Amino acid sequence: MSEEEMMEEGGTVKRFMYVNRKAPIGTIYALESLEVVLIGAAFEQDVCMVFLDDGVYQLVKGMDTTELEMKNFSPTYRALEMYDVERLYVSKEAMEERGLTPDDLVVDVEVLDETQMGALMEEQDVILSF
Amino acid sequence: MKLAIQINEGPYQHEASDTAYQFVKAALAKGHEIFRVFFYHDGVNNGTRLTTPPQDDRNVVARWSELAEQHGIDLVVCVAAAQRRGIADADEAKRNGKDTDNIAPGFRISGLGQLIEAGIQSDRLVVFGD
Amino acid sequence: MLHTVNKSPFDRNSLEACLRHAQEGSTILLIEDGIYAAATGTRFTPVVEAAMKKFKICALSADVKARGMQERIIDGIEIVDYSGFVDLVEQNERVQSWL
Repeated sequence: MSEEEMMEEGGTVKRFMYVNRKAPIGTIYALESLEVVLIGAAFEQDVCMVFLDDGVYQLVKGMDTTELEMKNFSPTYRALEMYDVERLYVSKEAMEERGLTPDDLVVDVEVLDETQMGALMEEQDVILSF
Repeated sequence: MKLAIQINEGPYQHEASDTAYQFVKAALAKGHEIFRVFFYHDGVNNGTRLTTPPQDDRNVVARWSELAEQHGIDLVVCVAAAQRRGIADADEAKRNGKDTDNIAPGFRISGLGQLIEAGIQSDRLVVFGD
Repeated sequence: MLHTVNKSPFDRNSLEACLRHAQEGSTILLIEDGIYAAATGTRFTPVVEAAMKKFKICALSADVKARGMQERIIDGIEIVDYSGFVDLVEQNERVQSWL
């Protein structure tokens, strides 16, 4: 089956988890992992994104990259909904040790503790790390 | 077992490409199938034919090319990541007004969909990165 | 699940994050710089020894030897080669790389 055929017809649906543990801006992993999620959305798989450790910083409000002269990709997280990527989870421990609450983030997220997050990971078919 | 491999880092700078290569070789020796090796982030730099590593050390790029030739392995370099980092085949070079291309034998440039497809079609996806 | 950890515990929190999320009975394979977590006599040794009660912990032989750590591996950590790495991937339904 070609990629196009796979996207069009109903076919295998797997559970994909995208794991984000790195801070944005200092490295490209946050931006390029987001690009995978957006392209991947066309394949209509069962997708979730999780943010652990410094990955929670990727979602923080008020990112202004003007002086840095780098494109600001923060608004793209709000576009995820349009791509039917709505299951975004953040680590409770990561948020707390960074003094963050869900109100500090640009998108709606569900907060999971380590046990819940670990259980969610065990449910996945494919886990992508960046 | 059908395996998909994701490589996030370039040759020499990180061990990712080495570990992935040795893993793939071991998997082939055991009779497993490598569905695709997908190079993302700086991993696209594994696909340049312009490296001249020291003669007394391994040639990371060349041995991927050899493995592809001997076993028919699909080595895919992500087009978006490649454009950012300057890895191009003849078509890409022409399309983007470059005076040359530099892709190594056995590698092809394609979209992120190839990574998702590999995750869907394979039994396991293993990520090598930093 | 098979978890791989490829960075030293002195460098990154990847091992810690893995240990906090992995479910009991999982296998953790230390590769690349991650093998330093398998060493005796470090401040992480007690952490790893405790983890060995919950998880099966392995270390990749090529990476252990390349770093000269062969004589320093915690008793009970299984040393596997690349072929063993492949077997671990096959034996576990999913793989997660903690980078």
